[in-house]
Amino acid sequence: MTYLAKPKLHHPDLPKNALGLTRRDYEGTISTLCAGCGHDSISAAIIQACWELAVQPHRVAKLSGIGCSSKTPTYFLDKSHGFNSVHGRMPSVLTGANLANRDLLYLGVSGDGDSASIGLGQFAHSMRRGVNMTYIVENNGVYGLTKGQFSATADRGSKSKRGAVNTDEGIDLACLAMQLGATYVARSFSGDKHQLVPLIKGALTHPGAAFIDVVSPCVAFNNHEGSTRSYDYVRHHNEAVNSLDVITMHKEITTEYAPGSVQEVRQHDGSVLRLRKLADDYDSSNRISAMSYVQSHYARGEIVTGLLFVEPEAIDLHEHLGTTMRPLNELGDKELCPGSAALAQFNASLR
Amino acid sequence: MKTLQATNDFVIKFANVNGSGSASANTLFAKSIARMGVPVSPRNIFPSNIQGLPTWYEVRVCEAGWNARRGGADLMVAMNPQTWEKDVAEVTAGGYLFYDSTRPMPSGKFRDDILVIGMPLTEICNATYTDPRQRQLFKNIIYVGALSALLGIELAEVEKLIAEQYKGKEKLLEPNVKALRMGHEYALAKLPCPLGLQVRRADKVGDKVFLEGNNAAALGAVFGGATVCAWYPITPSSSMAEAFAKHCRKYRVDKETGKNNFAIVQAEDELASIGMVIGAAWNGARAFTCTSGPGISLMSEFIGLAYFAEIPATLVNVQRAGPSTGMPTRTQQSDVLLCAYASHGDTKHPILFPQDAKEAFEFTADALDIADRLQTPVFVLTDLDIGMNERLCDPLTWDDARTYDRGKVLTKEQLDAGARFGRYLDVDDDGITYRTYPGTHPSRGSFFTRGTSRDRYARYTEEGSAYVDNMERLLRKFETAKHYMPKPEVRPGAKPSRYGAIYYGSTAPAMEEALALFEAEGIHLDALRVRAFPFQDTVIDFVNDHDHVFVIEQNRDGQLRTLLVAEGAIDPSRLGSVLHFDGTPITARFIHGDIAKRLSALQVTPLRRTVAGGASGE
Ligand SMILES: Cc1ncc(C[n+]2csc(CCOP(=O)(O)OP(=O)(O)O)c2C)c(N)n1
Ligand code: SF4
Ligand SMILES: [Mg+2]
Repeated sequence: MTYLAKPKLHHPDLPKNALGLTRRDYEGTISTLCAGCGHDSISAAIIQACWELAVQPHRVAKLSGIGCSSKTPTYFLDKSHGFNSVHGRMPSVLTGANLANRDLLYLGVSGDGDSASIGLGQFAHSMRRGVNMTYIVENNGVYGLTKGQFSATADRGSKSKRGAVNTDEGIDLACLAMQLGATYVARSFSGDKHQLVPLIKGALTHPGAAFIDVVSPCVAFNNHEGSTRSYDYVRHHNEAVNSLDVITMHKEITTEYAPGSVQEVRQHDGSVLRLRKLADDYDSSNRISAMSYVQSHYARGEIVTGLLFVEPEAIDLHEHLGTTMRPLNELGDKELCPGSAALAQFNASLR
Repeated sequence: MKTLQATNDFVIKFANVNGSGSASANTLFAKSIARMGVPVSPRNIFPSNIQGLPTWYEVRVCEAGWNARRGGADLMVAMNPQTWEKDVAEVTAGGYLFYDSTRPMPSGKFRDDILVIGMPLTEICNATYTDPRQRQLFKNIIYVGALSALLGIELAEVEKLIAEQYKGKEKLLEPNVKALRMGHEYALAKLPCPLGLQVRRADKVGDKVFLEGNNAAALGAVFGGATVCAWYPITPSSSMAEAFAKHCRKYRVDKETGKNNFAIVQAEDELASIGMVIGAAWNGARAFTCTSGPGISLMSEFIGLAYFAEIPATLVNVQRAGPSTGMPTRTQQSDVLLCAYASHGDTKHPILFPQDAKEAFEFTADALDIADRLQTPVFVLTDLDIGMNERLCDPLTWDDARTYDRGKVLTKEQLDAGARFGRYLDVDDDGITYRTYPGTHPSRGSFFTRGTSRDRYARYTEEGSAYVDNMERLLRKFETAKHYMPKPEVRPGAKPSRYGAIYYGSTAPAMEEALALFEAEGIHLDALRVRAFPFQDTVIDFVNDHDHVFVIEQNRDGQLRTLLVAEGAIDPSRLGSVLHFDGTPITARFIHGDIAKRLSALQVTPLRRTVAGGASGE
């Protein structure tokens, strides 16, 4: 079986979004991942987030590397162009695509092996550059596709299915993203749709480099006792610092910082991120304190989730480069070719 | 001692210390000779990392117009004490040595078979200037002035060039002219003017321009419509990316908005550069990268992806001497096979081989068209000799009626009109299929791009038959490529010959000169310059039409010959290799000597061996 098309029989009562589209319009082909794989829940969350935001499916470009996680873009948004690139190199392909057409929404999907092991360099540099994108890592601590070897995010001391203990330090991609200048950084859990869907919506509306580290258990190779990426472990160690609502086209802006109250952050496009604090002492507008909070809680064995950091005044790569507002891929001979008269002058300067 | 006597035909070599400001003075020297209508071909020689940072600038003055390196030095301008011994040793017997005689050299440091001309440059500068930087800079201009007197270069031409260079900066103009005249007058008064080597006004330059290959290729990328450039610094290609940036600032900034109609990213490595190029091209922008051999090695996995997923990409490889870091500042043609077959699995890639800056301009613009047309990575293979040296070449031309060939791309309108879309469906039977840009249509034309096997509708499959179908179509596409690539250039000998010579790229100037040497001796050779891979039928026919063909290359292993044998099903014994690979540009002397030896080994009696296929009794 090579290709499984989902039957598209629309139920007349399915709810429609602002574009008149149902959730089915945001789906892809049937997943071929293991039943219970966290990655499938993330695909479902992406579908939900895009539907709720009423993004035009064909105006999304979805890109990935190689891995079980990187296969998932076929399982959502089948009206979008997709690109399954090479292992660990999605960020560069996405960066190039973004340069070519700044008008599309860029969704990068990757795994922990893809982004933290082989692709750590490209991950880092895409964050540094501030590429306007939503970058999701489906983090299971192992290489699912090659059958369960530890990845670079596996926690030190975590046990493999065969009982081997990981002795290397684990990489926290969310902390790295904050350090490297990403302007929207979140962490979530594939098993917590209520938390994850708004975080994806916030990332999609964010006008800069948005990164979400989603802990996503691998039921085949990393869901056992002794693993720090199993469903049970994550449920017991999840410390959410806030909960997010994304309100598009919101008018009024209020900002409050009292514990337990609501913080509202308006983004470039007019959307508002409404953050309800769950941890009194957490400030998601401060990169440095956010990093230190996340790290000190990690040291206690806790996985801090929520919108970890947001900088609403993000500047993206196009702004840095001063590129025209028109998509570069729309420019033709007229705008691009200086022509023979200019060439004659060039020649004259060389004699 | 008999000194060399030559007019408009000699080699002068400058031995300098890097960063001493000699580069612009030396260029001024070379250009002033061209302004007198006498062709010159200068070459920069700069070791990668040697104490004292020596650089050399070698100028061949040649009224006959041969642009190749000649070899040897008839006049050495020895300005670097660190390399003195080597420099002195290199002077042709009967040649000349010009040096700074401020500090006297022990007599053992000279040779008695050359004419030594000492001029106390440092002393003159110290007496004239107080600022150390000025002392250094004007020293260079002073020796240009002295050389103009010694070699008969018209001072007025040098002054005109200085005036053009400092137009609008009159403050700088005057002291430069003063320094120039100071050197000139000193030489007239105190040095043995004129030398046996003389420049005499001629009319052999015409409207030719003095242009560097990297600069030209960069402009080709601008004219060819590249909007995205991603690169990682590496000698000898970096100056192409820098030139692209410079040209873009001049030609590509929107006059109304001040915004850029281009995006240039200096990536973190070559993996990222090619990834960005592929992403941009997938999304419908014209994109290129420029690099050298080590970069191509790194890019290999991505090149295979672009081949298999069929994404345009233009790669300019300015070759240097490998393997590994090799001789990073020396020239070679040793990435031919690397580029032809880059990446794992069965892959083949179109390559263009420009011979000079003019073709570097044309082929880079063409490559952007060809990449879009064929939806595959396309290489422009130049080298350090072409890329980093100014060379006289015909002026660049552009046909304003030319439009970009964006290849087979379905628009929203075509999709609305019901165009049948299968991303890998060969509807035109030329192996090239239609693609769509992301975001084109709300419900039609989306597809998934992947490096895994897929069917004609871009659906993942591991079905053997679908895989074979696709791989065979890619071969058909490669066949179609021949039609879009520049055609080979055939130069028949004055009389028919059983012997042929195949050459390409930067070997061209030396080869043309060697062919003239053979013709002058009555030895006739047919020659063919390969300008592209895949080879058109003309190339294979050329081999088959000759008893023996020499393939002249600047690498150790005869890489183009290997490619000819493999792709043209040619009996290897019919192809001989003439190989020069020490990192210096190949010379006519070398080619002539090597082929002459081989011809005699093939038992040719040159003067009688003239009629193809005639009875010979050899
Ligand atoms: C250059 C290269 N090396 C190795 C592989 C083999 N490989 C495929 S996927 C993978 C690891 C994927 O791990 P991760 O990104 O965590 O994805 P997961 O399957 O866990 O979702 C590896 C090593 C490859 N495809 N390419
Ligand atoms: S192997 Fe693991 S990561 Fe891959 S599909 Fe199965 S559960 Fe998911
Ligand atoms: Mg993984």
